[in-house]
Parts: sequence; C-alpha cells; structure tokens
Amino acid sequence: MSSRALKGGLFQAGLLFSLAVGFVTLGVLLADVLIDGVGYLDGTMLTEPPSIDPQIAGARPAILATIYLGALLLLFTVPIGVGTAIYLEEYANRERWYNRLLELNIQNLAAVPSIIWGILGLAFLVRGIGLGRVLLAGALILTLLVLPTVIIAAREAIRSVPDSIRQGAYALGATQWQVVSRQVLPAAIPGIATGSILALSRALGETAPLIMIGAVTYIAFDPTILGPFTALPIQIYQWVSLPQPEFKLLAAGAILILLAILLTMNALAIWLRNRYRRTW
Amino acid sequence: MTTIDGTRLIEIETPPEEDFDRREAIFRVHDLAVAYGDAVALKDVRLDVYKNSITAFIGPSGCGKSTFIRCFNRMNDLIPSARVSGDVLYHGKDLYASDVDPVEVRRRIGMVFQKPNPFPKSIFDNVAFGPRVLGMDKDLSGRVERALHNAALWDEVKDRLKESALGLSGGQQQRLCIARALAVEPDVILMDEPASALDPISTTRIEDLMHELKRDYTIVIVTHNMQQAARVADMTAFFSVEVSPEGGRRTGILVEYDKTSKIFTTPADKRTEDYVTGRFG
Repeated sequence: MSSRALKGGLFQAGLLFSLAVGFVTLGVLLADVLIDGVGYLDGTMLTEPPSIDPQIAGARPAILATIYLGALLLLFTVPIGVGTAIYLEEYANRERWYNRLLELNIQNLAAVPSIIWGILGLAFLVRGIGLGRVLLAGALILTLLVLPTVIIAAREAIRSVPDSIRQGAYALGATQWQVVSRQVLPAAIPGIATGSILALSRALGETAPLIMIGAVTYIAFDPTILGPFTALPIQIYQWVSLPQPEFKLLAAGAILILLAILLTMNALAIWLRNRYRRTW
Repeated sequence: MTTIDGTRLIEIETPPEEDFDRREAIFRVHDLAVAYGDAVALKDVRLDVYKNSITAFIGPSGCGKSTFIRCFNRMNDLIPSARVSGDVLYHGKDLYASDVDPVEVRRRIGMVFQKPNPFPKSIFDNVAFGPRVLGMDKDLSGRVERALHNAALWDEVKDRLKESALGLSGGQQQRLCIARALAVEPDVILMDEPASALDPISTTRIEDLMHELKRDYTIVIVTHNMQQAARVADMTAFFSVEVSPEGGRRTGILVEYDKTSKIFTTPADKRTEDYVTGRFG
C-alpha cells in the first residue's frame, strides 16, 4: 500500500475511533443504568413519595416538580426569547451602540456557568425579593439560564427566513408588524420550536443552580408553584449519596425516567425539524 | 440640467410623438439621485412614465436601473443607508414628501422581483396575502380567482389552490407573484428583471402577459435582455455607468429615453447606439 493510501486509511480509522468513544461510552452507561434501574421502574416509582424504606420509596414529587418546571420554563422563555430575537433581527438598528452591546451581552450570557446563575437566584430571587426557596424561583432561575440559548436559536431561525420573503410582503403594502407576524414568524417557527425544546431539555437536567437556591432533597408531598420543591436530578443525587445499595438502584430507575423525558423532548425537536424542513 | 460638479449633461428629449402626447404621465421624475452611504449609485435621472404603457429600463450591470425602479415604490427605504434625493411625482404628488406613508405607496404600486419569491404557503394564501393585510376581505376567493386569471395561471392551478406554492415551476411561481401583485388592484406594476431566472418558454408567457396587462395597468420593467425590451416596451430608457476619473467611482446615469423603436433604430446618443448594437456591455 502506498503511503498516501495508508495515511487516508489511518485518518479514517481515527475518525471511527472518535465515533466509537462517544457511542460505546453512552451505550455502556445506558446499559448499566438500564440493568440496575429497570427493576425499580414500577408504579411505586411514579406514584409514591420518597421514603427511608427503599421498597416503598418513589419519586412522585420530583417527577411532578420537573414537569412543572418544564411548563413554567416554556411559558417564560419562549415569549421573552422570541420577542428579544424579533427585536434584534427585525427592528434593531445595528449602527446603534446599545444594540451591539445587547448582542454581545447575550452571547456572553450564554456562556455563564449554571452555578453562577444559581448564586444570582439565591441572592436576587430567594433573598433579594424574598421569593423564598420555592419552585417558582427555580423556574425563574432556569429561565435566565436558558434564555440566551433560546434567543440565539430564535435569531438563527428568523435570520434563515430569506429576505426575498420580507421584500415580497412589503411590496404588497404590508406593514412591518404584518411582515413579521404573518411571514417571518410562521416561517421561523420550526427552528424556534427546535431550539426552545433543546434548551428546555438542557434546563431540566440542571442540578447546580437548583441546589444553590435551595431545592430540598427530601419532599414527601406534591409540589406547588409557591412551595418548596425538589427535582429529578436532585432526587437522583440524593439517592446516590445514601449508604444502602437499594437506593443506588432506585437512583438508576429515576435516571431512566429523566432520560426518557429528555429523549422524548429531543426526539420531538428532531421530528419538528424534519417535518417542517424547507428548501427555499 | 447640470450635475453636482457643474458639467452639463445631455438634455433628455421628452417623447414628442403623436400617441404619447395625449398620454397621461403617471410618474414624473426630476433630478433623481440615489446614494448608498457616500457612494452615489445613480444621479441626474429625469423621465416620465406614461399610463397604460410599458416602460423598459436597460443598461449594463451596475448602471442603477434596479436601484431606480425601487424608487417608485420606496423599496429603497428598507436599506438603512440608502438616500433618495430629487422628485418622484406620482399623479403629481411627491412620493418622498414627509406626509407620504411608504406602506400606502406600495399598495398602489406593486412589484415583481427578479427571482420568483412565493411565500411558503398555499397558492391561495399567496394571492390572498395582499388583500388580507390590506383588509380587502370581501369575496376573497373571487378576488384570488380573478387575479390568477389575469396572470394566466388559473387553469394550471385551479385544482390545487391548497397546495404549496413552492411546488410550482419557476415560470408558474413568477406568474403567481404577478397574480399576487394584481390581487391588491395596483395602479402600476414594477418588474425587476422578471424573466431573467426563467426558461425561454416561460419568458414568452410572461411577455405575452405583460402585453395583456398594459390595458389595465402601467408597467415598468428592468431588463438585461435588449430583445425583451424591444419586444415588449413602448418606451425605453438606456442607463449607463459613469466612472469618475479620480477614485474610479461608478455612478449610474440616464443616457437616453425615448420611444423603443427610436432607441433601437436611430438612437440620438452614441453610447446608446454602441450598447444596442452590441459593441458595449
């Protein structure tokens, strides 16, 4: 074999190896969790609160809280994120310094570690305005955490609507609001939905900021928006840290539930993207 | 007429001949100039556009003809750096007066673009978009049907009005864009190289359509294709590029404006003659 062909072959082997590292690791993890946790994936897990007895312990409050958090997140992030994206893409004059500052700021905020957001939440939401260690505070802090990501995804989607569509609508006598609301936004919705769902699923897996603002690890009753709460990642963390081996298996079961929620959401995002994929 | 730096430009003869004398000028353009930032794209344009006629703008790339046609419906307003000076009178009223709303201008002066740009919606919704945003909701389906008829597209799409417009061929898409413009009952239709992205058969259809439409509308067309101007236009304006000696800045100028037959047979200006005989551009 010539050395050129050898180099090509080596390169390809290297690529396959990189691919394998990701896949095998993920596969082993999944298999391990599945073997451990599948036995605990029963009605008890879904319907019962946690308990010191692993046989009757469930994750109902944590699962419910995670669902509440997700719903509140959607409610908060999508309108604010899409609104900001529309302003930046369609209305803001880039020649103005404050608009450029705003853009730079959003890009930087997207890179802020989640624990920092947690500290902000503790200082500002929980103590500052006296919201307390409640589910709403958790939802708000997760909102701040993923808002930059949602804004960036929505801007990307809005920007991908070709200018010829805007021009065609303007040429018919549409106002700017009509162009944005009837042409640009509908055309951008698949991209916005995909980005928002992916951001949401990231937020639901977050643990650090919730621990920071004081999500409680042991909650035996259903959460309310203005009450103390826990979330699936925190419940998992708590079970894993307990000494009895049964709780490790219970944690594996809860991991499976969290994974199922997140993978369903990601699948929905992929389905949306493919369903509405458009060639202009 | 003098330019900014004081040199005299050619006087543009107003079309003298019989039938145009009686025609009403829809647009009167005086000393128009367009600049993008500091760069002057077009200057010293002066011409009249006549009712129920087809007026063609021809010229080499960069001569400002597309910039010019966008002055008639204030599409240049959408480019933040664009500045228009001079007068564009529409039925005697200055389109650029401070009390004129560009949105109102565009509902009367429709536009068809170079590349067909149907909205990613159904065929029906494409045509209905203009009437809907302008509140012309009465008998919407009748309005859509008439517009499609007038754009010679009805027979091809009447059974698939609910299907996506993106599934139409390029020529059909362009006629859909014409139907879309017609649906809001404009006074003038501006066409910016409407056939340059189409095959010869579709081009012929668009040209036939223009002949039909000029009975009811005034049409202004920018074209790269001299034969097309010669085939469809009543009046033709030839634009060229003036390169400034210092800095080499390129500015579009109007060289000659006259009846199409005159422009293509006995042009008054040497530059026009060179262009239409294919010696330049």
